Amino acid sequence: MQTQAKTSISFVKGLSFCLVCLWLLIAAFPFAWSFWGSFKVQSDFFSKADWMYALWGTNTIKETGSAFTSSGYYGAWIIKGFWKNFTNTGIVVFFTVLISLTIGTLGGYALARSGFRYAFWILMAALIFRAMPHITLVSGYLLPFFEWNIWGYLPTTIIVLVAMNQPFTLWMLHSFFLNVPKDLDESAMIDGCNRFQAFRYVVVPVMWPGVITAGLFSFLLAYNDFTVTVMLLSEDNETIIPAINSFLGTTQVEGKIMYAVAAVVSVTAPILVLVLFFQRQIVSGLTAGAVKG
Amino acid sequence: MILFIALPIISAFVQSLFIQHEQVLIVSQNCGPFGCSEVTSIDFEKTIKLRQDAPLGKYNGINTYLNRSHLAFAEVGNAWSASETLVDFFNEVFNLPLYGALAFTLTYTAVVTPLVLILGFSIAIGVNGLPNIMKGPSIFVSLLPFLVTPLVGSLILFWMVDGDGIIGATIKLIFNDPDLSLKASTALTWTMLIVYGIWHTLPFSFIVFYAGLQTVPFETLEAALIDGATKWQRTIYVVIPHLVPLISFVTLMLLMDNFRVFEPIVSFSAEAHARSLSWIIYNDLRESGNPLYGSAGATSILTIIGIAFLLLPVLIRTWKDFKLKGH
Repeated sequence: MQTQAKTSISFVKGLSFCLVCLWLLIAAFPFAWSFWGSFKVQSDFFSKADWMYALWGTNTIKETGSAFTSSGYYGAWIIKGFWKNFTNTGIVVFFTVLISLTIGTLGGYALARSGFRYAFWILMAALIFRAMPHITLVSGYLLPFFEWNIWGYLPTTIIVLVAMNQPFTLWMLHSFFLNVPKDLDESAMIDGCNRFQAFRYVVVPVMWPGVITAGLFSFLLAYNDFTVTVMLLSEDNETIIPAINSFLGTTQVEGKIMYAVAAVVSVTAPILVLVLFFQRQIVSGLTAGAVKG
Repeated sequence: MILFIALPIISAFVQSLFIQHEQVLIVSQNCGPFGCSEVTSIDFEKTIKLRQDAPLGKYNGINTYLNRSHLAFAEVGNAWSASETLVDFFNEVFNLPLYGALAFTLTYTAVVTPLVLILGFSIAIGVNGLPNIMKGPSIFVSLLPFLVTPLVGSLILFWMVDGDGIIGATIKLIFNDPDLSLKASTALTWTMLIVYGIWHTLPFSFIVFYAGLQTVPFETLEAALIDGATKWQRTIYVVIPHLVPLISFVTLMLLMDNFRVFEPIVSFSAEAHARSLSWIIYNDLRESGNPLYGSAGATSILTIIGIAFLLLPVLIRTWKDFKLKGH
């Protein structure tokens, strides 16, 4: 009886261990494969003869003399001007994060200290924005933007992204500031600070964990966005994600699909680094909504 | 904030009531040695002027909602009276753009959501049982599919299932059918998109459940253990009831995210076999040179109504909870 229970437990354990291993493999393999393959030539990565070619780079050696080639990256970044799209993304992401965090911290602090229960309404707004396909909102924005002649510029896109992102940031920072004890700024005010000084000298030093988490999510939203950027930006101002999409059409015809593969890998790299450094914050942000309700 | 949510919806609604201008035509007589013929040509100047004067187009009322690419009551009625069996009827109806997209969107949502919930939970339990040193790296790896840009993530998979890619080639080998292509048949395209959907959203449910597992009270588990509950029973009767609020939260999020599935269709170029509501709107707006604002607006409004139906029960419950907390 005792032994039977023990074996069944270890069986379940073994099964769940296998499941986890399988999942980790499925989760990681595509990235590893594409990264490895991006240094090969097309006839290896999309090998008609044998998929093992992609591993050893048989044709890559034939064509370039070495098992690794950076021609895909050269093609994407230099020939296709991917660096320009990357700069655009940098601008969009930087300002989106900056503006949403500024509004988010000030607004979140004010709402948290005002006493009235705004939380529900902010949460609702955040929820509605989360629920709505962004494309439905964009379809509403598009015609007015054309009429006002502000279509296609980076600032327009930044404003739209900030607007979509704001309810979530506001809600997140609002609940974060609720957890910062009120006594802290009250005691500062008794010591002779005014409201603003209390915020500047007492609250700001303790708010960074919350701000970093909110900032990460703004970053991800702005960086990953396809719907808004593809609709609202003209071709000169494209950010990386729509640029990859337009790559697909042209490179497939020219037989230079490796450019697109290289571009995709380049886009993934920053996210990898981000997760590496901020894993704890991302996890806490993802679960914040769930645990606090 | 309200400005930015409400205005686009109103704008989309107003747009949906209009239809783009027809081109202004001139009929002129062209007389040659073999008699006269009437030639119809487009008066570009007048057309452009008309479009500039009234960019919204002509007022069309709710006709856009009723035409063939949207609710299509007339076509549905015809299909109903013309088709003999229910199967015929549904085949007919799902050929209409809106219903086809609705069918895919709902199937996708209905398949991906429960699978992601179950798999996410099992993996969370599995990771929870790992030795501490392996937990961090496995969470890191698990997060990747979720955080990577959907368009990019689906492209990576797309290249792998390509006929010459690693998975595509392997599948060909297994079924010994050199012409097999995942992109060619509707069923396989849907499966591919659904598999991608699971791959992409699984980490979210995994992370939330994993965090939830950390909060399961140890005393209750111990008590159950003393009472002789097996691991399986403890999971069913102690852990899952503790996680119910989390499960409803994750379900809500998944429903919302899956309902607006869009990017994978673009990067899998699967639009020939699978279209979602979002994709239809995108396509209308992308109509080269002359975006169909009216049509896109109408689909947007219909999508919003669909989401409202989907979320209404949850919203009502949240409102009740809020009132309870307030008093």
